[in-house]
Amino acid sequence: MLTVKVAKRRAGFVLHAEFAAPTPGVVALFGRSGCGKTTTINIMAGLLAADTAHVALDGHVLTDLPPEQRRIGYVFQDGRLFPHLSVLRNLQYGLKRTRAPQQTIAFDQIVSLLGLAPLLQRRPYQLSGGERQRVSLGRALLSQPAMLLLDEPLAALDAARRDEVLPYLERLRDNLSIPMVYVSHQFDEVLQLATHVVLMDAGHVVAHGTLSEVSLVPQLRAIVGPDSVGAVVDGIVTRVDGTSGMADLAVGSGSLNVALTSVGLGERVRVQLLARDIMLATEEPHGLSVRNQLRGVITSVATDDDSARLVTVDVGGANVLSRVTRAAVEELGLRNGMGVWVLVKAVSTRGHAFRLGVG
Amino acid sequence: MDGVKVYAPLGAGLAVACRGMRKSGRTPFKGSVRDAAMHLTPAELDALLLSLNVAARSVLFSLPFAVVIAWLLTRGRFAGRWLLDALVHLPLVLPPVAVGYVLLLVFGNNGPIGGWLRNNLGIQLAFTTAGAALATAVMAFPLMVRSIRLALENVDPGLEAAARTLGAEPMDRFLTITLPLMMPGVIAGAVTAFAAGLGEFGAVITFVSNIPGVTRTIPLALYTAIQSPGGEDQALRLAILSFVLGVIGLLLAEMLARRTRHLLGR
Repeated sequence: MLTVKVAKRRAGFVLHAEFAAPTPGVVALFGRSGCGKTTTINIMAGLLAADTAHVALDGHVLTDLPPEQRRIGYVFQDGRLFPHLSVLRNLQYGLKRTRAPQQTIAFDQIVSLLGLAPLLQRRPYQLSGGERQRVSLGRALLSQPAMLLLDEPLAALDAARRDEVLPYLERLRDNLSIPMVYVSHQFDEVLQLATHVVLMDAGHVVAHGTLSEVSLVPQLRAIVGPDSVGAVVDGIVTRVDGTSGMADLAVGSGSLNVALTSVGLGERVRVQLLARDIMLATEEPHGLSVRNQLRGVITSVATDDDSARLVTVDVGGANVLSRVTRAAVEELGLRNGMGVWVLVKAVSTRGHAFRLGVG
Repeated sequence: MDGVKVYAPLGAGLAVACRGMRKSGRTPFKGSVRDAAMHLTPAELDALLLSLNVAARSVLFSLPFAVVIAWLLTRGRFAGRWLLDALVHLPLVLPPVAVGYVLLLVFGNNGPIGGWLRNNLGIQLAFTTAGAALATAVMAFPLMVRSIRLALENVDPGLEAAARTLGAEPMDRFLTITLPLMMPGVIAGAVTAFAAGLGEFGAVITFVSNIPGVTRTIPLALYTAIQSPGGEDQALRLAILSFVLGVIGLLLAEMLARRTRHLLGR
């Protein structure tokens, strides 16, 4: 268990963040720029003085120690590789400063996990942005950290480089049992990496929980925009159709047929069902091209904006969000406790194979 | 540092001339240095070696202090910082003779520090080569501190923070990250101070006098030549020697700076 409590007051800004998350796993600190995410992890690492700084990991209070002894690894947005040292010596910098009994993460393991072998003799200025971040990740991990903080490590990269580095982050999450706190304002990254989400706004924690839980929180709309609102559900792959790139997922008490490639039978998969793409019907529909129909019960009807309502439907253990017009809510008489059919177009999901072996 | 740029075209011209001579095969480079030394009179050679000796000692002695002071002035947060800053820069604005006189008062054989050094450690500074090095060091100190300070201000504190998260204690961080990154400035400062030290006059002659073979460096020998009747030729030779030394110093500074920048990967 990771518990964090930080507070800092300065002119025009008050940070007061408190959260807990299971370990190991990836905790995403998610929120708009300037909401205090980076300040929070800087305080955790001891790089910034604070009024309150308390970080406890599995019962050990890390913040009692000076920053250089906390064993909190940090991956900076800009990499911050030492320009006068080769990649090899950058990687060894933290490793050399640990005591032998702490050395559980081997040099060779990190080099192969992050594909660093061809880069070892180079200098930082000879690396691409993506390579630089991989070295930075390796350097932080080789310092044998008890936990790892990542400050938007992909933010300085273009889309292609981002796609190049993301799989490495997934591999680290799945292969090393190091708790990570990942700061991001990109919901896509959170969707792909996080096991737990802390939603921050204006210096405060608005909500925290699993991604499925946080995806239902109304405050998310203001951060990701109305079109990216959608419930995140976990499902188990029950059937794979390699030729059409479709797969069946067991979600709640029903089954969804969605576009998903490169997943295996029995794998746990995470998909986001965008609220704008989900329709509701009060009786079982017939003769529609929509592939997916789930039976559920409405658990809340919330105001989305002047003309739309956000309806939460429990489909038997999982929750789904649907955005419908105010007029439709009134006409169909949608209300709490009402049974409905949820219609999901197969192609309208954003999905990621997410092996939940760690959390 | 600006001086290096200003004199760069002059130095480049000299370098081209040297290379031209080497290409023509008339004057092998190594031989030319030895030949040149052989053309000097014993007194000139004495002055040259003494100048090099004094400048080198002054740089070696003052460099660690300059790094510490530069660090304090850049990163330190203490009450008397402005006072330290002013004190360090004082030799730039005071007449060198005044600096030499203050040194004589403090480090002279009867001065508070000079007397103590002589009675307890047997070290005498006034009228010795070591004293000449001290006077030279004090005069060149502001130059050195400014250069090092500029380099330190350009070191990204983010890299030091990164080293900290990797488990490096303060002194470890300074030696493995900060110091190597500011090395171009340290070297530039040292070479500039060395070149300036070769020519220090006022403070040296006031503090340690003008003793042949002990404190008579090139500028002092030049002064002596000008003062003696019929010494014009001697004066010109020493002036040219100073000029050549200066140009070599500046070229060396540029070369070293370039090499360290390359090592730092920029």
